[in-house]
Amino acid sequence: MQKEIDRNVNQPYKGSDPLKWVEQYADYLYGFAMSRLRNEALAKDLVQDTFLAALQGAGQFEGNSKEKTWLTAILKNKIADFYRKQLSGTLKDLKATDAENEQSDFFDAETGHWNEQYMPRTFGLETHDPLILKELGTILNACLAKLPRLWFSVFAMKHMDDLESEQICVELKLSSSNFWVIMHRAKLNLRNCLQKNWN
Amino acid sequence: MSKALKNIIYNCKQATFLIEKRIAGKITAAEAVQLKVHLAGCSVCRLYQEQSVLINKLFTGLPTAGFKLDETFKSKLVKKLEEEINKN
Repeated sequence: MQKEIDRNVNQPYKGSDPLKWVEQYADYLYGFAMSRLRNEALAKDLVQDTFLAALQGAGQFEGNSKEKTWLTAILKNKIADFYRKQLSGTLKDLKATDAENEQSDFFDAETGHWNEQYMPRTFGLETHDPLILKELGTILNACLAKLPRLWFSVFAMKHMDDLESEQICVELKLSSSNFWVIMHRAKLNLRNCLQKNWN
Repeated sequence: MSKALKNIIYNCKQATFLIEKRIAGKITAAEAVQLKVHLAGCSVCRLYQEQSVLINKLFTGLPTAGFKLDETFKSKLVKKLEEEINKN
């Protein structure tokens, strides 16, 4: 019975067998999604969305690119869409110029020295241990969620695949100097948040 | 010593700003020299740099091989795909 279904559906999918996708690629795609989202429920959702979108577009798969590469490209777009959606309609939350004022207490206003309270201290972690990295990733998500939306978007877009800072400035209507101020502030905040929450 | 160089030696705010530019590959040659001078004498900013790189790695570069889907989810997924295929 199962075999019959297989044969029938194989016709429209050139050189590609959707019923084997899960077995062959699901773990890989899930790992890819987790490494960029650090959220199990969300990563699972996007893996499922990827397969469904692939089914829709399977007619376009010509078999000239590897199936795995093709599926990964679809997933990458889904992840990028997720981050884009995060920022839609939220750009008014914070003007870029606020970045400079908001967090000026990391450093002494006159000398530029670290203020004692915010000074980096060692995390004391074996950062090659995958389990510790996974846990740190979860904390990082909580810290990302606390960032002002504009900073979050700038940070996320910068570190997503294939996005140049010039392109981000255009998309978010930022000047280049504002962009760097925000990147700096976002990172100072994230680092400080990780330090506070890792114990 | 140039003014820019003097200004950065004790300025951790400027140094961490330059660290971010360097990580993103957008630092100028002059800025790179300034940063080098600062980091040579500032262990706190060296630590900042290490942790900043780690944060970037956490954001996109977690080792992917460690993540596996559970079998329940996978079989649900297969079922879902079958349903979808049979619709067409």
